[in-house]
Amino acid sequence: MKNDKIVIANKKFNSRLIVGTGKYKNMLECAKAIKLSGAEIVTVAVRRVNITDKKKPLLMDYIDPKKITYLPNTAGCFTSEEALRTLRLAREMGGWKLVKLEVLGDKQNLFPDMIETLKSTEVLAKEGFKVMVYCNDDPLMAKRLENSGADAIMPLAAPIGSGLGIQNKTNIQIIRKQTKLPLIIDAGLGQASDATIAMELGCDGVLVNTAIAKAKKPFDMALAFKNAVIAGRQSFLAGRINKYLYGNASSPKIGIIK
Amino acid sequence: MKKIKKIEIKVNGKFKNITENYKISDLVKDLKIPLKKVAIEHNQEIVDKKKISKIILKKDDKIEIVHFIGGG
Repeated sequence: MKNDKIVIANKKFNSRLIVGTGKYKNMLECAKAIKLSGAEIVTVAVRRVNITDKKKPLLMDYIDPKKITYLPNTAGCFTSEEALRTLRLAREMGGWKLVKLEVLGDKQNLFPDMIETLKSTEVLAKEGFKVMVYCNDDPLMAKRLENSGADAIMPLAAPIGSGLGIQNKTNIQIIRKQTKLPLIIDAGLGQASDATIAMELGCDGVLVNTAIAKAKKPFDMALAFKNAVIAGRQSFLAGRINKYLYGNASSPKIGIIK
Repeated sequence: MKKIKKIEIKVNGKFKNITENYKISDLVKDLKIPLKKVAIEHNQEIVDKKKISKIILKKDDKIEIVHFIGGG
């Protein structure tokens, strides 16, 4: 396990848990939860500076981008143009090339618009971005993204913020079999065990935001997710037993007292 | 007395009146923007921060100043 690092766009990370920085009560809570989670990558959003209230705290004052990798995300973008504009601005801000692309297609279920997502992936890859792509749990689309230059495939477990956990294990397993790219479950996890399941399916990592930020005790949940990801990874590497329909006694059958 | 010509621009969606010869660097200074922590767009084109003292704003120009905030 010691040298079991996740490699994304040629960069090595120890933690396989990526956390979002949204939905926390305040920046302090967010920063503490991140620390407890052990995450080395956090997603961040690009938004307008509040020009009327200059005293509003800045994310960078709480989470040091030199210590934690910022992963600019296009959450909230509904077209390729919006997403590209957002990520170009993110790159301008501090040279961030590793980005997370997310182009949504429906305001209610927040499912990704895969046509726009695919289009954006192609453009971003050509512009030199390292693109981690939020997508549906569709093996064919995942393949297309890979062929378009994606650096990581990030299928949803369930709708963003739904907390439903992995809905289609079969598809995730098929995507796992077909790709050597980092496969990271993004969106829809509800509790720590969901992360363990993702890791046991062979995923390289998970991205969690709401499940930690909106838990009754976010700090405890951050720690739970950290442990759950480690446990799931260990379990996957250890190799599970085959499944049998009938019982198979654990104790020897010989020497039973009569 | 010479009347000062007012020029209206939009900054992050809000109207702002500026005077003639007003540059992006003046805006950054007036709004006390921490330049290292933001990115600036001028009429949908990303601005090279090294050149902000050379860009004079015109009527109806649109400026977007963005930064990173918490997000999923």
